[in-house]
Amino acid sequence: MSVQVLGLKEINGPLVVLDNVEGVGYDEMAEVILTDGSRRLGRVVQIEGKRVVLQVFQGTSGVALNNVRTSFQGHPMEMPLSPEVMGRIFNGAGTPVDGLGPIFATKREDINGKPLNPVSREYPVNYIRTGISSIDALATLIRGQKLPIFSGSGMSHNKLAAQIVKQARISDDKGEKFAVVFAAMGVTNDVADYFKRQFEESGVLERVVMFLNLSSDPIIERILTPRCALTVAEYLAFEQNMHILVILTDMTSYAEALREFSSSKGEIPGRKGYPGYLYSDLASIYERAGIVKGINGSVTQIPILTMPNDDITHPVPDLTGYITEGQIVLDRNLDQTGVYPPVSVLPSLSRLMKDGIGEGYTRADHPGVSNQLFSAYAKVQDARSLASVIGEEELSEADKRYLEFGRMFEKHFLNQGFSENRTIEQTLDLGWDLLSLLPREELDRLDDKLIDQYYDPERAARFRQ
Amino acid sequence: MNTVYSINGPVVKVKDTQDFSMMEMVYVGEQRLVGEVIGITDRFTTIQVYEGTTGLHPGEPVYSTGAPLSVTLGPGLLANIFDGIERPLQEIAKGSGAYIDQGVSVSPVNTDKTYDVTLTVKEGDTLHAGDIYATCPETPAIVHKCMLAPGMEGTIVKVSPNGAYRVNDTVAVLRTPDGEEKALTLCQRWPIRRPRPVKERLPIQRPLITGQRVIDTLFPIAKGGAAAIPGGFGTGKTMTQHQLAKWCDADIIVYIGCGERGNEMTQVLEEFSQLVDPKSGRAMTDRTILIANTSNMPVAAREASIYTGITLAEYYRDMGYHVAIMADSTSRWAEALREISGRLEEMPAEEGFPAYLPSRLAEFYERAGYMVNLNGTEGSVTIIGAVSPQGSDFSEPVTQNTKRFVRVFWALDKALAYARHYPAINWNSSYSEYVDELKPFYDKQYGEDFLKCRQRVSNILMEEAQLMEIVKLIGADVLPEDQKLTIETARLIRVGFLQQNAFHAEDTYVPLEKQLGMMQVILYFYDQAMKKVKEGIPVSLINKTGIEDSIVKIKYNVPNNDLEKLKEYYPMIDEKLAEVK
Repeated sequence: MSVQVLGLKEINGPLVVLDNVEGVGYDEMAEVILTDGSRRLGRVVQIEGKRVVLQVFQGTSGVALNNVRTSFQGHPMEMPLSPEVMGRIFNGAGTPVDGLGPIFATKREDINGKPLNPVSREYPVNYIRTGISSIDALATLIRGQKLPIFSGSGMSHNKLAAQIVKQARISDDKGEKFAVVFAAMGVTNDVADYFKRQFEESGVLERVVMFLNLSSDPIIERILTPRCALTVAEYLAFEQNMHILVILTDMTSYAEALREFSSSKGEIPGRKGYPGYLYSDLASIYERAGIVKGINGSVTQIPILTMPNDDITHPVPDLTGYITEGQIVLDRNLDQTGVYPPVSVLPSLSRLMKDGIGEGYTRADHPGVSNQLFSAYAKVQDARSLASVIGEEELSEADKRYLEFGRMFEKHFLNQGFSENRTIEQTLDLGWDLLSLLPREELDRLDDKLIDQYYDPERAARFRQ
Repeated sequence: MNTVYSINGPVVKVKDTQDFSMMEMVYVGEQRLVGEVIGITDRFTTIQVYEGTTGLHPGEPVYSTGAPLSVTLGPGLLANIFDGIERPLQEIAKGSGAYIDQGVSVSPVNTDKTYDVTLTVKEGDTLHAGDIYATCPETPAIVHKCMLAPGMEGTIVKVSPNGAYRVNDTVAVLRTPDGEEKALTLCQRWPIRRPRPVKERLPIQRPLITGQRVIDTLFPIAKGGAAAIPGGFGTGKTMTQHQLAKWCDADIIVYIGCGERGNEMTQVLEEFSQLVDPKSGRAMTDRTILIANTSNMPVAAREASIYTGITLAEYYRDMGYHVAIMADSTSRWAEALREISGRLEEMPAEEGFPAYLPSRLAEFYERAGYMVNLNGTEGSVTIIGAVSPQGSDFSEPVTQNTKRFVRVFWALDKALAYARHYPAINWNSSYSEYVDELKPFYDKQYGEDFLKCRQRVSNILMEEAQLMEIVKLIGADVLPEDQKLTIETARLIRVGFLQQNAFHAEDTYVPLEKQLGMMQVILYFYDQAMKKVKEGIPVSLINKTGIEDSIVKIKYNVPNNDLEKLKEYYPMIDEKLAEVK
């Protein structure tokens, strides 16, 4: 039985207020039906006695106090689920928009999900080979991880995400199923098209579930988009035993939508006008990555966010970094010098890599090599800043070697192009080639045994030609 | 019958009632969601609900309990994992699967398990608050002592024989002075926001030994002290907390994962159950209580998790144990305060945080201390709180206010973390105020040389920081030779001493004897090399001897149980320096 109410009391942006409503629950869904027959979805966001505040997803344009009828549905927002969702395209609120008709649901799930019990989680340790040296060697992606890409407007984050989708070995060879869930929030039509084309070219389109909320679509739907997408991802992973890669782009637009919505509700703003609960809200999205004990499926997330003004301390990248298990940061200078992917090595990090690399996972020398590359590249920065003051000529011999290492590292290791897919062996060998540019005594993060095995100044000869 | 009037996220209001008292625990709705009264006016009673309120209707009942939000204290807490309001997550997983449902009600401790109880009182004994009446082995490593709850006293009129009992079984009966008879079981309840009373607070006198060189040597923490670890994301706060939880010499660890990542808690669970406690030879979990309120779990329970943790810690302190609390992270807790304050439409102070943030922080950190308990035993609670400053900016309110209430500050540094120098504790901006108070202990235990070496090491690092200002402008080549040697030695200290490898079996924990030995070798090299430099030998020649390389690798090459090997380094240094001409 559903509650029906005629007329409204107040309209304020996407929020409408209804009076004299009884028997309605918090977070419940409602349908707002205009006299011309058009229908809009809404959600209860506040209840005070018989006064109910409803958030209308498609916006309130054309809505008047007396031309609507509201019908409450008696349950929170749900997403219809069935294995058929594969290959389908939905709008931000989870309605199919590809003209193939509605989903015949085998079950429906609350899009808000429920917190996963930490004791039921399995700690992720299996690495995903992306074929990209800077990621595989230095910020290894682990199955079940949430690893965002921090980028800025105009940089090649979309290209990088597309390359990861194209090359990533998400499942092992044992015939395990995998799929990609793609959620676009506030991106332009071009970007959505670009991804569609890329999925088509790499032949995964029928394994992709797309949720598109374009920049011109209502912001209220944008708040639902990642939740719908993750509900589908969780369903496919934990009930259909599939390995799911979720791409969420762009989280900054999402956070801005949340800010707009919060201010229209008249909430007290926190930093830069974002609501005080931005952290908890982002966590309720990112924490939906992981592996559940006893189930052969996983949700791996790659959220993409553009840092306003390339500022990593902006609340959105800042809070994201505190929740996610590392980050891949793109660098504008590298991008402008034509390095692709322009991964800024030093601030990039994968928190889960320490347990997913090395003997038995990748190769025994992996932890040492990545550690040494980080530390050597950090010294390159010192040498560069010194060179900018006193000139390169005046540098000590060791510093000059570091400068050379830095140049070659960027040219050969970072810069690999869109179509090159490197194995982990190739990547690590390349790392040794580069480390061999340095004098042996500078390798203070590696075991002598490994150095004996791999270090050889001859290896570096090709860089010096 | 009181019913729900309004709902806004975790904040629920009840209209026109006088039945509730402040901080009372209540059950909200048909699902009996746990909540707490946080505000009362003549019109509205405001309740914060510790679970999701999705689907809650106005008009659903609100049940009063008449008691403040309390936790159950008794055997079965150790080796367990709870959410922010002491609900056992393992039991919840058994009951409701991988996801946490709303309104789950499970007893915090296993009520069916029996313990081998020894009664330590006899009929006619007079007991006061805090006195122990029974003991039982809670885990193979820790003996649980059942104490008379604070505020109770009387005479024992009946004692059960020693044997196997469950936590809610009566093991003795107490007659209070007003003639009432009370059954004593193995457990008691205590409100989380009220500190458990003690007889007196003792001055700080003993260090909490962690086996981490930069901490034990440069910035020591005392048993009963409070420390903060601030650091932006990726600087290794959690890693440092894990290392401390694993290796510090407290008897019991309470690890609070407050608004952090789910996978991290899973990692702690897995790692601790495999690790062996060096003292007891048992699994590390046997002395650990985990509280996990991850970032996606209800925000109000996150606020409570800190208090739940410290109450459990105080309970074990009352038994005479040394307890260390790791709170990761207090910033998430402060954000929970802000979030709830915002929902209550309170006037915000700095950056949207409520004006009472400093007093709440103080209340928490002041519950640390080295105490004489009511029963005469001595115990301590040490608090180590991680702080996650917004935008890595240490001037933000949580870091600044925390600094006022802690006496040890381990500032984590992004530049160090980027160079993968771990622990990334910056030696220039960190401090410990406990050094003077701990001096008698260090002098007695390790000789006066320890603090002298410490002072010299920190002087060399200071000098390096100043010299680096010059090097940054004009390069290292123009420095005089003795200053070059200082920079070289500082590098030795940084790479060979301060940097510590948590994944290396020998290096993950280092006893203070070895820490001292390492400092002595480095300083010996510095002194001898300085003599050479004064004779006109350039530092570049000393560099070529390979002495520095072998000193840097002391951490791997000298095993913790064979410190005699350190003595071999002195003749080696002499010999090699003698060769330099």
